[in-house]
Amino acid sequence: MTATTTGPQHVTSRPAAVPAARRRFRLPFSAWHLLLAPLAALFATPLVWLLLSSVMSNAEINRFPPALWPSSIDLGGYRYVLGNAMFPRWLLNSVIVSAVAVTSNLVFGALGGYAFARMRFRGSRVLLVLMLATMAVPFQLTMIPTFLVMKKLGLIDTLGALIVPALVTPFAVFLLRQFFLSLPRELEEAAWIDGCSRLRVLCSIVLPLARPALATVAVLTFLTTWNDLTWPLIAINHDTQYTLQLGLTTFQGQHHTRWSAVMAGNVLTVLPVLLAFLFAQKAFIRSVTSSGLKG
Amino acid sequence: MPRLPAPLTLPPDRSGPRTLRRRRRNETATAWAFISPAVLVILGLSILPVVWSLLLSFQANDLVTPSRWVGLDNYHALRQDPNFHQAVKNTLVYTALYVPLSIALGLALALVLNRRIRFVGLYRTLFFVPFVISATAQGVLFSFILDPEFGAANSVLHRLGISPQGFLTDPSQALLVLVAITLWSGTGLCTVIYLAALQDVQQSLIEAARLDGAGPLQLLRHVTLPALTPVSVFLLLWQTIQSLQVFDLVYVTTKGGPLGSTTVIVYFIWEQAFKEFTAGYGAAAAYVLALALFVVAAVLRVARGREHTPRTGERTPRTKAAAS
Repeated sequence: MTATTTGPQHVTSRPAAVPAARRRFRLPFSAWHLLLAPLAALFATPLVWLLLSSVMSNAEINRFPPALWPSSIDLGGYRYVLGNAMFPRWLLNSVIVSAVAVTSNLVFGALGGYAFARMRFRGSRVLLVLMLATMAVPFQLTMIPTFLVMKKLGLIDTLGALIVPALVTPFAVFLLRQFFLSLPRELEEAAWIDGCSRLRVLCSIVLPLARPALATVAVLTFLTTWNDLTWPLIAINHDTQYTLQLGLTTFQGQHHTRWSAVMAGNVLTVLPVLLAFLFAQKAFIRSVTSSGLKG
Repeated sequence: MPRLPAPLTLPPDRSGPRTLRRRRRNETATAWAFISPAVLVILGLSILPVVWSLLLSFQANDLVTPSRWVGLDNYHALRQDPNFHQAVKNTLVYTALYVPLSIALGLALALVLNRRIRFVGLYRTLFFVPFVISATAQGVLFSFILDPEFGAANSVLHRLGISPQGFLTDPSQALLVLVAITLWSGTGLCTVIYLAALQDVQQSLIEAARLDGAGPLQLLRHVTLPALTPVSVFLLLWQTIQSLQVFDLVYVTTKGGPLGSTTVIVYFIWEQAFKEFTAGYGAAAAYVLALALFVVAAVLRVARGREHTPRTGERTPRTKAAAS
């Protein structure tokens, strides 16, 4: 029975394969592009529109129906945003917070991850389990007490309130620990026997090998701190301490009718992440997929 | 028995007994020095707050004056609060729409892109790029595009002869519009993860099925999809957790309105704690959310565990994911 059914199937599948091959020769591109190209264009449209509207004049935006294409490039929005608003300050604040967070996550993440991966000490197992457990705690659960802690420390309304909770995440520690565990032990042991301190071993042997994992930590830390709105919204009241995200949404509320300026500000908010993504696309995508697939 | 410790102490004896023993002892101190920053931050800003939050949820607290113990009152009040019910309902509707749609669309795109057509890299970039843009920027951008008066969307609709829509200002549309915005920014993540996983599906399995006469649909159903199950379960978990926690986009675009149609749970918690200054009540709502997240995670972990045990060899390697 089975022999008779598989037999004819082979016969029918073979002639079907030949026209398929021929068709590929006739079309200059795969038919799937007819589906993908419009969809990709649809995905790109909002961003293109963001760029276009940031160089439109307000008059063009505020007529009905609004123009879909700028008649000339008008940098009034950018001039307004960079001139008399607080944007440069907010940009600086965002850069400070993200830079400190990325650096300290790399340093403390590497130190902690290395200790958990290679060093034997009392309580390491308990601490590791605790740390893993905190990864599952949603931010909403901790945000109210964290606010109270920051208030006790006198950090509310300063950049410190944004930096301290971001200094090191259990994610950074755990991710680096996993990576260190995957490295061969022999090199480190040889150096250690030769009298190198743990810190030397970490800095001169382990870290150079751990570049992909360090890049992942850097990328994900930058993305989350730069893009965060919830915590700055809670911890910051005074507009000199705003980050770009918080500044942008407040700016939008106050300058409801100056859409070109709002969009110029939006471009400035998005641009650093976008540039980082375009330059280090591989690292970005690897970071996301590796943290994803590991689960 | 007495022989057992001998080989363990042998290596230090061989190469300078004193220094190595001292180094062992120093090891603990070094280890603690290495982990103390992480432990401090995590204990102080994660474990302490979890306990503190639990205590707060049994208290009336306005973030300023000392709090007062009220027992389970906050939880009872939540059960009767129509605003909280609305928030839970909105969150569930949002999740029920966003999660399956983003995963299905992401899978479909990944399957098409996996056919080794040209410009895969370009397509992948275009689909993924909205993911790196902050929810704030997305919210500001779409409030502009969807502005009922000055927005480009209504301008396009006008040209097509369709009457202008309210979008985010229309209570019957606002939540759906939010789902659409997050689909725009979140589908690329699913695509990229599926695409990486598809490259790890064993080619020999596919060849074997093809030789057995499996058509493309059968191949998808019996080979590709089962091989992708661990990734699908992960994405289901991840996207569900993300959408149950949605806040930034809601804050920027609608502030929970119009008429409470987009008030989600986290927005409710934030409003209670930092706008109404009823932090205890907010903490109770946060605990309800955390419990829900925990249940989701536990259910899917069990599901994944069951999926994994029979064929552990299928676990997807993580580093070669971004190849090509």
